[in-house]
Amino acid sequence: MDDVRPRVREFLARYIRGWEVADDEDIFAAGHVNSLFIMQLVLFVENELGREVRDEDLVLANFSSVDAIAALVAGRPEAVGG
Amino acid sequence: MTADPRTSTPPTPDGAADPRTYASHAPVGADDGLTEAQRTVRAEFAAFADEHLVPHADRWDRDEHLPREVVDQVAKAGHLGAAVPARYGGTGLDAVALGLLHGETGRACSSVRSLLTVHSMVAHALVRWGSADQRRHWLPRLADGTALGAFAVTEPDAGSDLGSVATSARADDRGGGYVLTGCKHWITFGQYADVFLVLARLDAGGHAAFLVERDRPGLDVEPMTGALGTRASMLARVHLNGCRVPADHLVGRPGFGLSAVVATALELGRYSVAWGCAGLAEACLRACLAHADRRHQFGGRLRGHQLVQRMLADMATGATAARLLCLRAGRLREAGDPASVHATWMAKYFASTAASRAAGDAVQIHGARGVGPDAPVQRYLRDARVMEIIEGSTQLQQIVLADAAYQLFPPETERTNG
Ligand SMILES: Cc1cc2nc3c(=O)[nH]c(=O)nc-3n(C[C@H](O)[C@H](O)[C@H](O)COP(=O)(O)OP(=O)(O)OC[C@H]3O[C@@H](n4cnc5c(N)ncnc54)[C@H](O)[C@@H]3O)c2cc1C
Repeated sequence: MDDVRPRVREFLARYIRGWEVADDEDIFAAGHVNSLFIMQLVLFVENELGREVRDEDLVLANFSSVDAIAALVAGRPEAVGG
Repeated sequence: MTADPRTSTPPTPDGAADPRTYASHAPVGADDGLTEAQRTVRAEFAAFADEHLVPHADRWDRDEHLPREVVDQVAKAGHLGAAVPARYGGTGLDAVALGLLHGETGRACSSVRSLLTVHSMVAHALVRWGSADQRRHWLPRLADGTALGAFAVTEPDAGSDLGSVATSARADDRGGGYVLTGCKHWITFGQYADVFLVLARLDAGGHAAFLVERDRPGLDVEPMTGALGTRASMLARVHLNGCRVPADHLVGRPGFGLSAVVATALELGRYSVAWGCAGLAEACLRACLAHADRRHQFGGRLRGHQLVQRMLADMATGATAARLLCLRAGRLREAGDPASVHATWMAKYFASTAASRAAGDAVQIHGARGVGPDAPVQRYLRDARVMEIIEGSTQLQQIVLADAAYQLFPPETERTNG
């Protein structure tokens, strides 16, 4: 499967202008994101990476870094909600 | 010799504009690239609004009451199921068609439009984040109006700052669910709703959204009256006094109640209000075109006075631009594009402020009639004021859009430096 990480980085750079994020950096902990960001991120993962985001995927760990998003898209989510 | 633009338009013998121009079904403006199907449904929505809503909206506003039969009529027309996919019994309109519905309804009556708004917000949040059981149970009922949905988030101490919601959701030591305690106010159609989407704060920290049926012990609905605008929207205060809900009434994951579930509902709410405001601005314009054509002062029709023309020009431009921003947001929503989020904020910001300006000018053009009880423009003015407060106030829109501008446009220095 393609490495989606460059596209995730590009998305983050677009939505959080001027922020160079490391692949394992916690996006949320860095405090750069606003309240609309989750919505935009979910739409990006679904629309541009082609991975439907379901109710049970809604665990912060699945979206918290470039690596985590890549794992989710590759079908190896960090966490599954119960 | 150049033709005087003022004399070149009226086509009828006595110089009055052709009254058909104002016929309620007449399409206003270009169709802006709507598909055949979208044009067809728009005409249907317009016809429904003109027949069932326009003639009564002023009375509902005066009475601060929307009769149940009107809700039934709206349900029967399928309008409550617009945000529900066909496989759950809804009409599953595409985003643009849904916008056209809310726009035509908003042109007629902002209170009925607000019914469509909050009901669709609940349905949409469930489509997106509800469990399979929740979708199976609620969506068919929401689709046909057997159950009316309301959105219960705002509290006396939590308005724009929704993160400060204080209604608590405590884990229930008896039987595993949650116990909700708190007060929600300004809940649109709270007086009629059968199910509320409630945002609460978890004991463990973070927020969660719950479905709470009206008849659950511990939930009490208290009507609110005397609002400035959308007066027939059956507002209520909703008290939750140790109201127990089963664990399967939680929507989405704990901790995502605000950032995903309520945010998803609010995105649709904002989109709906944006279209409603585009409709409201159009209603102002059409009322003014008719009045400025009929009314004579200083030996001529109002429409011939240049200061009045300025207002008509601004109204026509504002209504058109609002509609175009709404269409743009709708197309991006339909495509699932992340850019739809900002596009929707922009559409709501522009449309609500354009509707406010249009309604202010509409009252002005109508003179004393505009403030009297017989002209709908005074209702438009009051309703438009509400639109700048709900679904993100004008100031919140400005804050978000200023931030968004840095994402949407490259700042000059970046470009020159390379
Ligand atoms: C008719 C009507 C129907 C409604 N229906 C519903 C409903 O169905 N469900 C629901 O949950 N809620 C509903 N609401 C509530 C509505 O969502 C809130 O009124 C809205 O979120 C604003 O909150 P507030 O009224 O507490 O104002 P506040 O948040 O107290 O704001 C007051 C003023 O301060 C400004 N302000 C606040 N923060 C800032 C800031 N950071 N910078 C600059 N200015 C700021 C605001 O723009 C506003 O002008 C409804 C309200 C009305 C009027």
